[in-house]
Amino acid sequence: MIDEPHEELELTSALVPLFVITNGRALPPDNTYERTTLVSAQEGAAASARTLSPEARRVLELVTEGFLSVAEVAAHTHLPLGIVRILLAQMEESGHIIARKPVPPAERVDREVLNAVLDGLKARFGA
Amino acid sequence: MYLDSGVLTAVKILVVGHFGVGKTTCIGSISEIEPLRTEEEITEASVGFDDLSGTPDKTTTTVAMDFGRLTISDEVVLYLFGTPGQERFKEMWEELSRGALGALVLVDPERLSDSFPVLDLVERFGLTYAIGVNHFDGTTDYPLAEIREALNLSERTPVVACDVRDQQSSAQALITLVHHLLSLLD
Repeated sequence: MIDEPHEELELTSALVPLFVITNGRALPPDNTYERTTLVSAQEGAAASARTLSPEARRVLELVTEGFLSVAEVAAHTHLPLGIVRILLAQMEESGHIIARKPVPPAERVDREVLNAVLDGLKARFGA
Repeated sequence: MYLDSGVLTAVKILVVGHFGVGKTTCIGSISEIEPLRTEEEITEASVGFDDLSGTPDKTTTTVAMDFGRLTISDEVVLYLFGTPGQERFKEMWEELSRGALGALVLVDPERLSDSFPVLDLVERFGLTYAIGVNHFDGTTDYPLAEIREALNLSERTPVVACDVRDQQSSAQALITLVHHLLSLLD
């Protein structure tokens, strides 16, 4: 699982610099796509997938069936995290994907979340 | 592979420690998925991935980081990020520590001094943490009080013994951390 075979990947050649994959675009500053941001394909996004780069298409296909974190997208596609962030920012802008961003920390939320984590761990591991 | 469709909130806890302390083993024992790996570039003078090999003349290096996932409830998923504790990874710490619930710091009782840079980073980035003293095969049981003293920890910081290969033991260390986080909100 950690070292999945790469054969099925349809990628721009390794000889192509990374900035070409992203059309030279940098990450928009207000759109950071932290590794715990959850992403999924927009319904019907596959129809216009032909306009995307092979790497972006690969990302889109991966998240067609449901939500995954940005970190999981990077791991499954074997693309560097920075590249995945840029591709996702582009694809959110073009309406191919939707993102659920992590809730900013706040005390009330933290308490609820921490209690959920505690209950979840205890239920799961019987501790 | 995919998250349940009702999952709205992703939270993270960092599992930090020096190279070889058992971060990935710990994550693997708790994660519901096989631990996955991200690759990212850091742009400092560097000596290679997590001290595995020496390639001192590089200015950009790819760092591999392992992580795992645990669905906590219908709505919440917890990600566990193995985070190398060296100063040169501090760029990544910025993002990793932002919004993190806290950190489980794994220490090897035979290599306590290797944990000082790790504790330094954890404190600098304002993370609340608990210490998991990983028991490797054949290591003597160290009194936890001595470890607390050697690491110069505050009275409140929880220190627990754990065997990161054991799921229950790893989970118990995490539970200790979450109890500590909750106690600080009171």
